[in-house]
Amino acid sequence: MVARRLADDQVQPASFAFNNDNAKWAEWKIGLYPAGRQQSAVIPLLMRAQEQDGWVSRASIEKVAEMLGMAYIRVLEVATFYTQFQLQPVGTRAHVQVCGTTPCQLRGAEGLIEVCKSKIHHDPHHLNADGTMSWEEVECAGACVNAPMVTIFKDTYEDLTEDRLAEIIDAFAAGKGETITPGPQIGRLNAAPEGGRVVLLEEATTYREKFVPPAPPPEAAPAAPAAAAPATAAPAQAPTTAAKPKDVTEESAPAIKGPSKDAKVSEAKAEGERKAADTSAKANGEPNKAMRETATGAETDASKIDGGKAPGKATTNATADGATEASPKKTRTIIAPKANPKEVNPVAEKGGDAPLFVAPEGPADDLKLVSGVGPVLERRLNALGITRWSQVAALTPEQIDQVEGSLNFRGRVARDNWLQQAEVLARGGEEEYVRVFGKKPR
Amino acid sequence: MLADKDRIFTNLYGQGDWGLEGARKRGGWNGTKEFLDQGRDWITNEVKASGLRGRGGAGFPTGLKWSFMPKVSDGRPHYLLVNADESEPGTCKDREILRHDPHHLIEGCLIACRAMDAHLAFIYVRGEFVRERERLERAVEEAYEAKLIGKDNIHGWDLDIIVHHGAGAYICGEETALMESLEGKKGQPRLKPPFPAGMGVYGNPTTVNNVESIAVVPEILRRSAGWFSSIGRPNNVGTKLFMVSGHVNKPATFEEALGESFKDIIEKHCGGIRGGWDNLLAVIPGGASCPVVRGEDMMDAIMDFDGLREKKSSFGTGGMIIMDKSTDIIKAIWRISAFFKHESCGQCTPCREGTGWMMRVMERMVEGRAQKREIDMLFEVTKQIEGHTICALGDAAAWPVQGLIRNFRPTIEARIEQYTYSSTSDGAVPSIAAE
Repeated sequence: MVARRLADDQVQPASFAFNNDNAKWAEWKIGLYPAGRQQSAVIPLLMRAQEQDGWVSRASIEKVAEMLGMAYIRVLEVATFYTQFQLQPVGTRAHVQVCGTTPCQLRGAEGLIEVCKSKIHHDPHHLNADGTMSWEEVECAGACVNAPMVTIFKDTYEDLTEDRLAEIIDAFAAGKGETITPGPQIGRLNAAPEGGRVVLLEEATTYREKFVPPAPPPEAAPAAPAAAAPATAAPAQAPTTAAKPKDVTEESAPAIKGPSKDAKVSEAKAEGERKAADTSAKANGEPNKAMRETATGAETDASKIDGGKAPGKATTNATADGATEASPKKTRTIIAPKANPKEVNPVAEKGGDAPLFVAPEGPADDLKLVSGVGPVLERRLNALGITRWSQVAALTPEQIDQVEGSLNFRGRVARDNWLQQAEVLARGGEEEYVRVFGKKPR
Repeated sequence: MLADKDRIFTNLYGQGDWGLEGARKRGGWNGTKEFLDQGRDWITNEVKASGLRGRGGAGFPTGLKWSFMPKVSDGRPHYLLVNADESEPGTCKDREILRHDPHHLIEGCLIACRAMDAHLAFIYVRGEFVRERERLERAVEEAYEAKLIGKDNIHGWDLDIIVHHGAGAYICGEETALMESLEGKKGQPRLKPPFPAGMGVYGNPTTVNNVESIAVVPEILRRSAGWFSSIGRPNNVGTKLFMVSGHVNKPATFEEALGESFKDIIEKHCGGIRGGWDNLLAVIPGGASCPVVRGEDMMDAIMDFDGLREKKSSFGTGGMIIMDKSTDIIKAIWRISAFFKHESCGQCTPCREGTGWMMRVMERMVEGRAQKREIDMLFEVTKQIEGHTICALGDAAAWPVQGLIRNFRPTIEARIEQYTYSSTSDGAVPSIAAE
């Protein structure tokens, strides 16, 4: 956090207006964003105001607020939050921004700051005697391999030495900034190593190999989880009599806006896919139930029901008129379509139980014996592909992060000491557990 | 080592034409329609099969992330938000893509949007990259003019791209802060859930991806997922842009295969360590938020996600900061603490107060004006910041300090001893114990 305040009243101009070009540009920019979202343009507009005047004044903040229909305070918040906005006048010929962060510091940024102090002003954000120059130290400006560097208005001057910066400052102070070529100052091509590039020596051409269209995803690929084969994942469970055409795929129904049959099938498929890696969980005897419980409450009932039954539909082709099927069918038709924002389940990158591991073959261990793991967590671990004590014991810190992220229990693994417990269980089962911990598991 | 023919960013140094014509000559926009015609599942599955992990630092599988987007629209539009708010000290790869290979990114946006049923993509470029943004805006215009994107384009998938920019806030690289900023607010991260895939920009499903993750996708599809996944070690596949800054003979940005050894990479691309390998003190291997690793530990390091985790650090963005023995390591880490103090958004107390607190203690430790037991206290405080904030900036601020204490404790102690030894009665260490 940095405390940033508007400049004193005596330097604040009475009013602000965009010049013609900028006003036209602003109108175009505001129009880019979706209807009713013109507030998005606040940063670009403020930046344009700064480009016009050199700094952001109270008047320009109020002007931008009026243009976007925002409260003054909201624009003031933005202007003071983002450090690139200059809240007091800066040098008219140059405002030198020296990057002082570690990569630049290592290559001599402190020397550059001394140059600025001696040539411009002892303190940052202060104008020099003529009012033409000022300087500040900024945080990383993103040209680390060309360190040390300074930014002057829109351009960066890289690979500097103290002498070279002094020359640059002199040139700008004399109003001849345009004589200095931006970029690396040591005759080096952008980010290539000094003295010529060592790679990319061949002329680049099109390397494209022949495109083979249908290419199903290779199943053996290491990072492709079992998601590719949702329909086969759980064919045997939850036989149902509901009939639904299997030939509808997501591709054929890409942008369905309202309720439709296709939508439901796709949704079901999505659900199936998410839980696809659950094949191993068959050992539990109730993988489908497990799946359903992993779905958050936000998910519509309909999709849960569909999710559980979709795979079965492919195999049985009977009609849906059975009495027992009546109610789920009804639910499906009523609820599935009206997914309003609140009901939509964000299958989020961490909240979703997409498998992180490939579950090993063979019977699963009773993960519940690990203190801290209950039936729900066990099912969710299974869904992630963890079925064995030995897997838990071998989790690396990053995997723990992922697992905890998926389970939404940050710190749970360490707090309950899962690793050691699982390691003991994997070594000698319950007996070993009693021997080590002096109590029965659970 | 990677051969030139296997490089994706073939205009990395801007040696050729960055524009549409140059991009086409290098293979860009080649067969894009064929990929789009395969449908969203095919694209997503190819990306999954390629093993591409997000290039923004966290390494989350990109294809998996895409598959979190709702399969069926509920009437709300879907968005792709490309994170070009590259601000991590040591990281400057996206800059090269934006200014020298912008069409890779634009083509990637089109393909990614097809895979997510999105018709609008935002590219959020950090405010400091003015020239880079102008270059990207020009490239987007070119693509519109050539009808590669836009309404009724030749690819048959409508796509609008809005190039947006920030104004100097590191925190906006965090995905939810990025969305807040895009909506015209202060960049303060949101709580998750709801996750962006369910409720992102303007409350609509959104996927946030790093520039590099998106920009490599067209080439992956063109050369097949198998090609990409055959490079590197399992779970750490593909090519990656590396940046080396600090005390090497020739700092540079370059594309290299994952899974190469640290030593080979530095020798080949950067001409070795300044003053020779014996002069290597420490390395921050993946951008400023990664814990520092001792030089001797880095000698056998493998540069990929798993390789650096073994070194108790993190691969991050691939931006290596090299420090030789002339470095004041305490000061270097103090400067990183100062960075995080400056960039904390102020929303969560542990981070807002803790980053400043850490910086001030570090400031005294640079001089040696501290008590040895304060080292443990500092470590303890970093543990109280880590994991207790909405976003990961608190963690990121804590890790460099933890890395310093873990690896360079004797250096800190020696500094304190020296200060105590050389102080006069007037300038003696202020006694904290007396309080």
